[in-house]
Amino acid sequence: MQIDSEKTLEPVQYKSEVKNLSFYYGGFNALKKINMVLHDKKITALIGPSGCGKSTFLRCFNRMHDLYPGNRYEGEIILHPDDVNILASNVDPIEVRMRISMVFQKPNPFPKSIYENVAYGLRVRGIRQRAILDEKVEFALRNSALWDEVKDRLHDLAFNLSGGQQQRLCIARALATDPEILLFDEPTSALDPIATASIEELITDLKNKVTILIVTHNMQQAARVSDYTAYMYLGELIEFDVTDTIFIKPKNKQTEDYITGRFG
Amino acid sequence: MKRVNDLEEIRRIIGLHKRWDLIFMITGIIALMIAVLTFMALFAHMLVDGMPRLSWDFFTSFPSRRPESAGILSAWVGTTLVMLVTAIAAVPLGIGSGVYLEEYASKNLLTEIIEINVTNLAGVPSIIYGLLALGLFVYQLGFGQSILAAGLALALLILPVVIVATREAIRSIPVAIREGAYALGATKWQTVSDHLLPYSSAGILTGIIIGLARAIGETAPIITIGALTFIAFLPPSPVKSEFPYISFEWLTAPFTVMPIQMFNWVSRPEEAFQLNAAAAGLVLVVMTLAMNGLAIYLRYRMRKNIKW
Repeated sequence: MQIDSEKTLEPVQYKSEVKNLSFYYGGFNALKKINMVLHDKKITALIGPSGCGKSTFLRCFNRMHDLYPGNRYEGEIILHPDDVNILASNVDPIEVRMRISMVFQKPNPFPKSIYENVAYGLRVRGIRQRAILDEKVEFALRNSALWDEVKDRLHDLAFNLSGGQQQRLCIARALATDPEILLFDEPTSALDPIATASIEELITDLKNKVTILIVTHNMQQAARVSDYTAYMYLGELIEFDVTDTIFIKPKNKQTEDYITGRFG
Repeated sequence: MKRVNDLEEIRRIIGLHKRWDLIFMITGIIALMIAVLTFMALFAHMLVDGMPRLSWDFFTSFPSRRPESAGILSAWVGTTLVMLVTAIAAVPLGIGSGVYLEEYASKNLLTEIIEINVTNLAGVPSIIYGLLALGLFVYQLGFGQSILAAGLALALLILPVVIVATREAIRSIPVAIREGAYALGATKWQTVSDHLLPYSSAGILTGIIIGLARAIGETAPIITIGALTFIAFLPPSPVKSEFPYISFEWLTAPFTVMPIQMFNWVSRPEEAFQLNAAAAGLVLVVMTLAMNGLAIYLRYRMRKNIKW
């Protein structure tokens, strides 16, 4: 192993690099030669009108498309620091999903207890020792700002929580396994404004702990939480830059039209 | 010019249209009543005829030439044991097939053909299964005219029901739950065993019980493989007093079942035997209703914690 030489390398600036990524649902070309990067421990937002491919793009990162027949990737998503192309056919999608967690559009807790929901990712990894599970569950629940609300009823059913709490539980579930990247697919679209605010606050708090990629159809949300923003349209990446630049002086006319609400 | 929104006119038209609601409702109630009343009449008739014969002795006596001392002991014991074999065979085969088709099988022409065939199997007349069992289990595999052969024949009969129920139950689990499990790095088997099977167990169990409730009344396949119509002894007990305590001799024993006992009594000329048949029918219907009731209860109980 080259531990010594690794130490002398510059710190890795990018968590992930997307190179010429195209994606096909059967014959339909949903993503067209996308090139971008995810900055380490930063929040990157994907915006664009419905059907532009932002969720499709997000779901490439945990190989979710492999669950359904007829889907095909082209190009690469390189994951650092080990420079592995997670789309390569010799990379097991399960391994990818163990490194990159996902939070879905609608809260989707399992019909199990709060504790078992958070612990499931650990159980999948074969962790059985109660002490480790307890510690990781508490850690994840604290990090998702849910611990104080549920610490006295960890063994209650997750369905008894409110919508916002359920979504924070799903974030805890995704965090419990120490993911390298956390994917959010419109995590607040099914929530009321107060729950949305608490989720946004949570996402901002997580920034320094994990690399985040978030799909949102809410431009204010992208402006509020993200460091970098990518604007997509019809499967193409139109513009990718620092969030302030995208929102204050976008280089591309299409982006500007979308941001200012003239289109979209 | 006459106004379009003439209130009088609107009310008249609404009244006219609503008449169709009334006509359909009455037709619907009549149709429903035909089904319900027919069953009620049959059940009441059996109740009146059979009720006086129902006593402890009726359940603990063997069939006899004298109708007043004849009972259904060998029939209900036979039915119970046959159902046991049916359940033990059909449940793992049915659930396994259903899970495989729903979760593992790749979607291609072969899978499609298998799926269509499974659905069609549910419509095959039961006597065909009887013929298959006679050729395969009784003669080819040498099980004889036994409880084992009958149980397996009925298992084949209800297999499509269990498979379809399993698939429906798994399919009713939201995609988000399934994807949630996969997104955490679960394998197919972890997803199936930790999530899909537990969450669909109510639906699967309902399917099993509905299948067994159908099998319990089946007569044709059991006659085909040659159940005896008059039998005055019980199969050997599965529990023995000496080592190894458990015996499987009962599997190969000759037997009879409830519907065959009924059939035997109905075909007798004496009226007293007809009353016995009614009493046995009553027991059979109550057994079926109890199983359906159990299915409804279990579904309610197990779905209470699952909301989607």
